[in-house]
Amino acid sequence: MLDAKIPSGNLDDKWVDYKGHCKLVNPANKRKMEVIIVGTGLAGASAAASMAELGYKVKAFCFQDSPRRAHSIAAQGGINAAKNYQNDGDSVFRLFYDTIKGGDYRSREANVHRLAEVSTNIIDQCVAQGVPFAREYGGLLSNRSFGGTQVQRTFYAAGQTGQQLLIGAYQALERQVALGNVTMHTRHEMQDIVKIDGKAKGIIARNLITGELEKHFGHAVLICSGGYGNVYYLSTNAMGSNVTAAWKAHKQGAYFANPCFTQIHPTCIPVSGDHQSKLTLMSESLRNDGRIWVPKNLGETRKANDIPEADRDYFLERRYPAFGNLVPRDVASRAAKERCDANYGVGTSKQAVYLDYAAAIERYGKIEVSKQGLSDVSTEQIIALGKEVVKEKYGNLFNMYSKITGENPYEVPMRIYPAVHYTMGGLWVDYELQTTVPGLYALGEANFSDHGANRLGASALMQGLADGYFVAPYTVGNNLADDIYNAAIPTTHSAFEEATQKVAERIASLKNINGKQSAESFHKRLGKIIWNECGMSRTAAGLKQAIADVQALKKEFWSDLRIPGEINEYNPELDKANRVADFIELGELMCVDALAREESCGGHFREEYQTPEGEALRDDENYMYVAAWENKGAHEWELHKEALKYEVIKPSQRNYK
Amino acid sequence: MTFKQMFTSSVGKKLVMAFTGIFLVLFLVVHASLNACIWAMDGGVIFNKAAHFMGSFVVPRILEIGLFLGIFLHIIQGYMLTLENRGKRKVGYEVNYSKGSKWYSRSMAILGTILLMFFIIHWKHFWVPSRITGVAEMDLGNGFIVHNLFGVMQDTFQNVWVVLFYVISCISLGYHLAHGFQSAFKTIGVHNKRYHTMISSIGYGFAIIIPLAFALMPISFYLHWVK
Amino acid sequence: MSQNTMNLKVKVWRQKNANAQGAFVTYDVAGISDEMSFLEMMDILNERLITEGGDPVAFDHDCREGICGMCSMYINGKPHGPWQANTTCQLHMRAFKDGETIVIEPWRANSFPIVKDLTVDRSAFDRIIQAGGYISVNTGNAVDGNSLPIEKQNADEAFAAAMCIGCGACVAACKNSSAMLFLSAKVSHLALLPQGAPERKSRVLKMVAQMDKEGFGSCTNTGACEATCPKEISIANIARLNNEYLGASLTAQ
Repeated sequence: MLDAKIPSGNLDDKWVDYKGHCKLVNPANKRKMEVIIVGTGLAGASAAASMAELGYKVKAFCFQDSPRRAHSIAAQGGINAAKNYQNDGDSVFRLFYDTIKGGDYRSREANVHRLAEVSTNIIDQCVAQGVPFAREYGGLLSNRSFGGTQVQRTFYAAGQTGQQLLIGAYQALERQVALGNVTMHTRHEMQDIVKIDGKAKGIIARNLITGELEKHFGHAVLICSGGYGNVYYLSTNAMGSNVTAAWKAHKQGAYFANPCFTQIHPTCIPVSGDHQSKLTLMSESLRNDGRIWVPKNLGETRKANDIPEADRDYFLERRYPAFGNLVPRDVASRAAKERCDANYGVGTSKQAVYLDYAAAIERYGKIEVSKQGLSDVSTEQIIALGKEVVKEKYGNLFNMYSKITGENPYEVPMRIYPAVHYTMGGLWVDYELQTTVPGLYALGEANFSDHGANRLGASALMQGLADGYFVAPYTVGNNLADDIYNAAIPTTHSAFEEATQKVAERIASLKNINGKQSAESFHKRLGKIIWNECGMSRTAAGLKQAIADVQALKKEFWSDLRIPGEINEYNPELDKANRVADFIELGELMCVDALAREESCGGHFREEYQTPEGEALRDDENYMYVAAWENKGAHEWELHKEALKYEVIKPSQRNYK
Repeated sequence: MTFKQMFTSSVGKKLVMAFTGIFLVLFLVVHASLNACIWAMDGGVIFNKAAHFMGSFVVPRILEIGLFLGIFLHIIQGYMLTLENRGKRKVGYEVNYSKGSKWYSRSMAILGTILLMFFIIHWKHFWVPSRITGVAEMDLGNGFIVHNLFGVMQDTFQNVWVVLFYVISCISLGYHLAHGFQSAFKTIGVHNKRYHTMISSIGYGFAIIIPLAFALMPISFYLHWVK
Repeated sequence: MSQNTMNLKVKVWRQKNANAQGAFVTYDVAGISDEMSFLEMMDILNERLITEGGDPVAFDHDCREGICGMCSMYINGKPHGPWQANTTCQLHMRAFKDGETIVIEPWRANSFPIVKDLTVDRSAFDRIIQAGGYISVNTGNAVDGNSLPIEKQNADEAFAAAMCIGCGACVAACKNSSAMLFLSAKVSHLALLPQGAPERKSRVLKMVAQMDKEGFGSCTNTGACEATCPKEISIANIARLNNEYLGASLTAQ
């Protein structure tokens, strides 16, 4: 059994007590401590800035050309915080409860409670940094509702909340760069962790412009490299998002937890053809006002606007009257899949459902009419006014939709379909966010900690920033306090030399395969295997087949890959091949994990385990644990379990009816 | 921060252009209003009086020094900025981006060069004779003798090429102002939408009316509309 | 939606590295669906170049949903291609006609040196932000978010400026290679908010100085930047920056 080192005491007091008793490093000693941060999204940038403010010497790495480009920037809808500014009954406990329930009782109570506690500090911090959150006319912060909750606790900046939060963290980071506290390495990718005496003591990074391998020492290494959704090839992740840093950590001894817990987001623009390189998310906030439906009749041929109300099936409202269109993501995605599998899908591919704004436009139009005190208005005028309101709220999303599809969503319902969006699984970490390798931490989406088997909307931004701004600075310090007597280890140490050698050999062997197929084509094939068998629904037989297929793909990859260009130059194809190699290995582990978890929970839906109504059927007796996998060599993993103990919340079947 | 630093930054250099530009705009108003006296249809009496006032009274003479300084500063700074800005893109584009901006806003240096050539000729026509080489005089009675600049204009604008050159220069001035007027106010920081819309409208009006008034002067003499 | 396919010629700037001599190379790309994105068309070209044993065209791209600011192609004489308020990654092949030749160039500016082919180095933007594009507030110093009401109009305007994705299209479009739209967006964002007030004067002076040091040109208000900006950042921000600069430089000690 794994020990998460959760502090004792009441749930409400754990974090306060921890902070009150954790060890500190005095300012003079902090200046001597070096911290390596891999990835500069919300978690990485906020951690780098906060640790540098404390006085640590920080080295930050990102593969993009600037920290401002990390994929956190693409988060649209918002960030949750238990501020209760709306006086609608929100509290730290309720945010905690919603997150645990939303995660289908597969997350750790202590971590989630801490997350809910610091959520309010995040909003304050971001406002102080100048993040331009949406405001009401009175000048106070505005909130919207999100899936899986019945209160309005989501703070937002139009459809670009992730961008604004990341820019805030990026600016804080650049300020520390200017002050000399952070050394920023852009267009660098971590290639391996360097361990000395069993502790993480540095990394090997590759300069993506020159291809040079660099050795960097750190008293602690923080992996903030995001999730692994790109294992599916088609996902809402950025093209460069990858698992490499986390995977290298895994191979160096860090356990990988719940890899099969992936989130399929219900509202994405459907795939249009085989050429598709990525999928685009339409913010969950659209489910606030939009209604999701499919035709009631099989073989419906009429255009969406011509289908009368009576022939429409608002299946989410029908199945889940209490939450309606705002059920959690996993539930909404599965419901859409169920309708499409039953041949009620729409569009040319029949793999889509409608997201309709007509009712919302009319409703907003009427509100505007009374707001402006108009009388004798025609239906057209009401609709025109309503469109204006919808444009202000969701304009950028509607624009994006029309650019991609060539259709006007103000006039015809949007077509949407679920797509891979987020990965709840990740490196196993304890309460202090430390992995099973001492000195190696994982923050944000890269760890598994807070979302259980399903993440609620607007919680990823919250977790990334909570880890970076408010958790890691304390917990990493607590461990570094013991390290103050250990001076920096020169990178001439043999461990660094050996690691560099190993990385160089791997890159050379990839390059020397000299086969025929591109990394991209392998990635596409991997994605299809994982999507079909380890996607929205899974079966034992399918998973077994997928494991065999992935193993075969790996063999083919290592014998027929072609990488153009040279090693010692800017070579995006080499970078890609390096990442795909890791995705293939991870893909296998995901299927292994999905096969081992013989229950359905959250995003993990095993067809064998469902209620008569088709809802996920958990098996709390046998599977209420975190599955943390230890790498034991090629194709081999050992399962370690961390039992989940619910002391405050009583698990029940999730009910959104 | 020193004034030197203030005016030698990229924004500061533009401030110099804007301040001198606005000063020159003011000068154009004075110049155009005084010259409009040619249309008094009195054989140039009022016009010559006004010109005499400008040439003999001490305040306008001092302002004239300022005017020359302003013009030279505007020209020199303008050329330096153009050269400097051109040097910021050593390798150019195969296809240039022309849709996003007006041609005249990108051609201020060329328009300015036409205006510079105009100034030289214009000074030679009027300023040099009036100040240095001397011109015929007019007796307005009671011993009040003034330079007959009206006569000089009448003579000068009998040449069709001169008239044509003046008209082309006035068109250049129009386009130079169409961009320069509102641009100057943006440079000194007018960002309020309401005021900016107002200034832009005034700017376009100014860019049409003033050059048109100037262009009509040589045309009026050439076609003998004024006598 | 019916799919149409087309055959195109793509004339691309190829340059091995920062110091190499570059040149245009024209490729034929066939069977392009009008539903494809522009970058998917480039993917197809690259896939072919790889299988033929050639060197694929290097270009920056990441999120492919118009927000990261990584993509940076100058297409047929306009940064990010023909559509308004758009990034290259969101440009779709519907915008082109069968048989057309598409000319693709990198951002051109001395301050954006070419890394390879269409990839340029935009680190100058990071250094401009480092010069003062932030509010100096350490983690933990914040007061309650609602303790500081902000006029909605100012908040909205600050947000409109903060939408800048730092792609550099403004520099690429400007005949002077000026970074004023980028800089002014940040200065405006922070100047419009009360949180930004304490550093307001020093910020604008330091950021302008850094921009000059990076070798960007000066602004002549042509408006090309605004016309090409994928996030439609208003040129009024430049006027606001000028205003901030004038005020700050006149009153500085």
